Amino acid sequence: MYKTEIRGPLILGNKTLGQISEEITSPIYQRPKMWWLVGMGISSILMLLGFWGIYVTIATGIGTWGVNNTVGWGWAIINFVWWIGIGHAGTAFSIFLLILRQEWRSSINRAAEAMTVVAVGCAAIFPALHMGRVWDAFFIFPYPNTRGPLWVNYNSPLFWDFIAITAYLLISASFWFLGMIPDFATIRDTTKSKVKKAVYGFFAMGWRGSVGEWKRYEGLAFVLGGIAAVLVVSVHSIVSTDFAVSVEPGWHTTLFPPYFVVGAIFSGFAMVMTLMVIIRKIYKLHDYITNRHLDNVAKILVFVSLIMGTAYLTEIFIAWYSANEYEMFTLFRNRITGEYTVQFWIMFICNALIPQLMWFKKIRHNIKIVFVISILINLGMWFERFNIVITSLAKDYLPSAWADYSPTFVEIAVFLGTLGIFAFGVLLFFKYIPMIAIHEVKMVNKLKTDKKK
Amino acid sequence: MEKYWRSLDEYKNGPDDQTEKVVEEEQKNLVLDLASDKIAGVSASRRDFLKLVGFSFATAAITSSCEKPVQKAIPYLVKPEEITPGKSSYYATSFFDGTEYCSVVAKVRDGRPIKIEANELAPVSGGGTSARVQASVLELYDQARLKGPAKGSNGATWEEIDELVVRTLRNPTPGRKVLLTSTIISPTTKKIINDLQSTYPELEWIVYDEVSSAAIRDAHQEVFGKNMIPGYHFDKADYILSFDADFLGTWLSPVEFAAGYAKKREVTKERPEMSKHVQFESGYSITGANADDRHPVTPAKSKAILAKIYNGVASRQGIAGLSAPECDVEVEDIVADLLRHQAASIIISGSNDQEMQLMVAGLNAMLGNYGATLDMNRTMNIRQGSDKDFAALRSSLKNNGVSLLIMHNVNPVFSDPDGDDFGYAINAAALSVYIGHSFSETAKNSQYVAPDHHYLEAWGDAAPVKGTFCLQQPTINPLYNTRSFQDSLLKWNGAEETVYDAIKAYWEENIYPLSGAAMSFTDWWNTQLQQGAFIVGGNPSISYEPDLSAIALQSAGETAGMALTLYTSVGIVDGRHANNPWLQELPDPVTKVCWDNYLAVSVDDAREMELKDEDVVTVNGLRIPVLVQPGQAKGTCSLAVGYGRTVSGKVGDNVGLNAFGLVTEKNGFRSYTVEGIVIEKTGDTYPLARTQTHHTMEDRPIVRETTLEAYKKDPNAGNHFHLDAEAHHYSLYPETNFDGYHWGLAIDLNKCVGCNNCVVSCIAENNIATVGKEEVKNRRIMHWLRIDRYYSEDVNNPKSYLQPVMCQHCDHAPCENVCPVAATMHSSEGLNQVAYVRCIGTKYCINNCPYRVRRFNWFKYVNNDDFNFHLNDDTSKMVLNPDVTVRSRGVVEKCSFCVQRIQEKKLEAKLEGRSLEDGEVQPACVQSCPTNALVFGDMNNKEAKVTKHIQNERNYHLLEQLHTLPSVGYLTKVRNVEGKDEDDEDHHTVSHS
Repeated sequence: MYKTEIRGPLILGNKTLGQISEEITSPIYQRPKMWWLVGMGISSILMLLGFWGIYVTIATGIGTWGVNNTVGWGWAIINFVWWIGIGHAGTAFSIFLLILRQEWRSSINRAAEAMTVVAVGCAAIFPALHMGRVWDAFFIFPYPNTRGPLWVNYNSPLFWDFIAITAYLLISASFWFLGMIPDFATIRDTTKSKVKKAVYGFFAMGWRGSVGEWKRYEGLAFVLGGIAAVLVVSVHSIVSTDFAVSVEPGWHTTLFPPYFVVGAIFSGFAMVMTLMVIIRKIYKLHDYITNRHLDNVAKILVFVSLIMGTAYLTEIFIAWYSANEYEMFTLFRNRITGEYTVQFWIMFICNALIPQLMWFKKIRHNIKIVFVISILINLGMWFERFNIVITSLAKDYLPSAWADYSPTFVEIAVFLGTLGIFAFGVLLFFKYIPMIAIHEVKMVNKLKTDKKK
Repeated sequence: MEKYWRSLDEYKNGPDDQTEKVVEEEQKNLVLDLASDKIAGVSASRRDFLKLVGFSFATAAITSSCEKPVQKAIPYLVKPEEITPGKSSYYATSFFDGTEYCSVVAKVRDGRPIKIEANELAPVSGGGTSARVQASVLELYDQARLKGPAKGSNGATWEEIDELVVRTLRNPTPGRKVLLTSTIISPTTKKIINDLQSTYPELEWIVYDEVSSAAIRDAHQEVFGKNMIPGYHFDKADYILSFDADFLGTWLSPVEFAAGYAKKREVTKERPEMSKHVQFESGYSITGANADDRHPVTPAKSKAILAKIYNGVASRQGIAGLSAPECDVEVEDIVADLLRHQAASIIISGSNDQEMQLMVAGLNAMLGNYGATLDMNRTMNIRQGSDKDFAALRSSLKNNGVSLLIMHNVNPVFSDPDGDDFGYAINAAALSVYIGHSFSETAKNSQYVAPDHHYLEAWGDAAPVKGTFCLQQPTINPLYNTRSFQDSLLKWNGAEETVYDAIKAYWEENIYPLSGAAMSFTDWWNTQLQQGAFIVGGNPSISYEPDLSAIALQSAGETAGMALTLYTSVGIVDGRHANNPWLQELPDPVTKVCWDNYLAVSVDDAREMELKDEDVVTVNGLRIPVLVQPGQAKGTCSLAVGYGRTVSGKVGDNVGLNAFGLVTEKNGFRSYTVEGIVIEKTGDTYPLARTQTHHTMEDRPIVRETTLEAYKKDPNAGNHFHLDAEAHHYSLYPETNFDGYHWGLAIDLNKCVGCNNCVVSCIAENNIATVGKEEVKNRRIMHWLRIDRYYSEDVNNPKSYLQPVMCQHCDHAPCENVCPVAATMHSSEGLNQVAYVRCIGTKYCINNCPYRVRRFNWFKYVNNDDFNFHLNDDTSKMVLNPDVTVRSRGVVEKCSFCVQRIQEKKLEAKLEGRSLEDGEVQPACVQSCPTNALVFGDMNNKEAKVTKHIQNERNYHLLEQLHTLPSVGYLTKVRNVEGKDEDDEDHHTVSHS
């Protein structure tokens, strides 16, 4: 066990338990603020734009996108992988830090998990939408049918993908919901509004806070956490097999599963950082999300960034070392140099170089810089997916088939739509769900003075 | 066993099975009983209620939502003799569109022709077809066809036209009475015209070719005293010297020439010999792409070189030379080669310049090629047009000197440089009648339109080459109120007979006696009709003495400024097929551009003028986009004619620009070379649709090449990479065994000339959608078979490498294992198949196909006004092959090796209780290949041709290092060039990725 004296208190301000409940649940009782309404408005508009894009895609065809017979996957798959990556943060945060007994996580994990659920939801739109015949998407379910029965192709990474994402979405949503039950009960017990009482009461599922319930609750949390921990690793490993199982140069590499998982955690943590800075600023939760929290996340980002840099260099090294002319071409003449060089260097600089600034304490403690870096990381991670998906497809084996790809407005609209959905979901979360796990924070409140756990 | 009982009764009598069974049955049928009154006595449970509700909802849902639109198929009450639903009939007939001849077999399904196949018995076209011929079936169903007689934009009756024409013919009016036709090769039609002329002696007959070869005829007139185009036997030519003649693409009779040419390009270990082909040209033609030595030169330089060669040969033979201009090009090697190949070479020129053709004729005569490679007996009947006669007609028209103008199958309003004036003139003539099968600029300007049949609806005959007679028979009843050209003429001549009677009579009288057949005429006629073609044997050997004195050179030498050469593109040719979407979307075999014409400019000139692709320039007033073309001769630019039709139909209108306006006249001949043109930049750009945008192989072993010399020493020359790949041929998994058939395709890259025939044949067979320029530009062309073209390094004169690529039917197919729903899978015969109904369109297979041959249906291409081509109207859709599914939006498609043909032949063989013979199954691309470069068959059959090809040392598989085990093999390209041992692929090492 670590010594809390050295690390200082996790929650500042020497708060009472009542104070904690009150401060965290206050947004739920207040009338929505102007910025919230404006945010909802903007995200609704983006969402509508996205729905328009989805409608056009389904009604007219994938031809409304910029993809072609050479580059079969475009923004849809880039965005899918990007969102899935972001969707890693919450669960990774909660689970790994839970397993590692990092108590400081409790201020952040709720928001991170909420983010996960919304991001994975956003991600799930794309694989469905990019299908030519989305109305037949159920063919991918392995179910007994009257066509033979005709089963799915268990060899296909897309099928694994489907299973992995579905499982991940279900488990992370359950885990998230489970964590909220005691807090719903808190709201139910403190609210004066009958409607809120009924609604939160429904979701609290009759929670009374007895010792027996807590015991089962923690047991279940660990079980679900255990499952989710495996899934965090598996889901992005499997997403990476969408690429790694193929024969495409730049895709066909054994590095991909760990590289993707690390990349996902990287982008997820960066997104957590972005959101935390915003929440903390808006709701003045500096006592709960302390500088130390952000400092910890920044340290993780530095470390993960090193892994990312190593992965990039490994990819390049292996391409050279293999002497495979197609791999060499893809890496050296179509990523580092060539038509897509800008995208490559955005990726490299944003992911591998800029986060290294956070080795310096001064920078880590400058929230503005940290905030900018976290956004740059997500930009860089988007370009990483762009590099992987587009450059390999655009120029692979037969130069006669090489083709360019650029997105159409419909594709961009769908992406903006998912940003809208994400913002919409997160804003709802701010307003209606305690954004910090009250009961967990209460547990770590007095860690400094009260060494009993 | 203990006995249990419920009551004493039961104890005594045993259990009452009957009643229990009844109860059970009733319970089983409860759902149905619920609805009846029977249930009244029983207490209905909640479960019963739910059952009933569920049942009624399900029934309601099924009956209301699963309704499919009803389509009624009405069966024949009395079955026509020749139509068996679901079975195709084949009729031998002849294609001739005024410029190109081909013997064909029309595949007729349920009464409608759906595919043109090559006639393997054909003497001229030699079992092959061209892209134009393949696409011609679609024109039968074209919506732009003339559907009935018309006066201007109003309807007219046949009687009205007949009466008017006959009255004008009879009346001795001042002014010329002219019948203007395209070249007519039908002996019966000629007789009908001659008969008409003898009835009306004032009627003149003028033949007009949109793209003229009159200079060839004229040169032979001058040299041999005989107006002719000799027969060209490329199959006998060991040395081919061509000046701007695109004889594998569009020049004279490309199908025939390609077949002959390919025979001399077949290289085997036993006979490592092939012809040598030297091409001088300004633009980059498909013929140039096949040449062993290609020299980009300006037209003027071309002439100087030809003169120098002429003089070189003449001086060796002690014949007087010409006063030729200075020329710095070294021709000694060529002269020596020509002298070595006397009577075994061919010299040709595609120019319509009289002096060029005179020198060509003289050179061929000096080398003794006439009678050997050039046939003076079986001369060609095509291109009979006379530029001088037409020019005279044009001037009399302008001076209102024409009282009757009957035009058949010509489009001078489009193709004459003064087309617009010509249009006004024919409108102003006393009477102008247009006879043709589709709408055109000329038809629009004519006073009357008398629509002709499409060739698939009409009787006819043809003598493409002297002494060769072919029949043309209808394969469908005329779709519209049309009348054949010959019938119209017969009618105007007051004859009672129809064209059928006339042909039969002509053949009985003139051709049947020549055959010396023992059978009766009727039997003989039926046989000929079935075979489609017939050669008269035992021609007297005619020869003409050359008179070289007529050959002279007046104008030669370099001229100032740029030279523009006008050429005909492989798809559109002279524009007569412009409304055909298959041909419009056919990429040019060299530039890979479709849906437009463009000004090809050399790399050097582009650099000097600061031009790049898609810049718009003006050339003598014509605004045209530029394409920077490697291998274009410096100081020249090329532009295709035939584009820019304004009255052709929904597809062809305003595609590209009409370059016929730039044609000039020189010594009475149409000249397709324009000297001293001025190119001005406009600053605008115009997008061009290209199906290939990267043009080099990036040093990858994709098309493998060697030289003849290297091949003689080592049959594996240029293909050592294959040995290396084979040596690494191992797998963790057990190899699949194909017990029955294992289909394979072999492609001889040395015989493939890249003519694009297979591309269109595949489109026609497999119902492939046309997507339009915008979508081609978006790289979404649907062609299942494409011909890749790569250039070598030298941008000023790159070598070209052509390679047909279709689905390789890999036995370790990367596409198959990634499909999540198993929509694409391997058949037990080695075919890679797609189940369209199962496909959900993830496109993963497209990404994972290293050959990129899979095509996605990005939109709904059928019944969609955004794709207003042949799949958007009911008539055009009659061309669809009922054996092949029309794909819906959102599914992936690709080459199936024509699985429908395999299946058809397998069933036939099964019914006859035998196994398939080699060569029995022929996919569409293989069937009509003019050069037999494609060979299809069962690789399990050791004796099959395809197996022999695959075992050939020259065979390799595309990207074989990936271990995809393709079923398609390629034979290395062999070039007949001097020296250098081309093993430069060997620096590639096999790397398994």
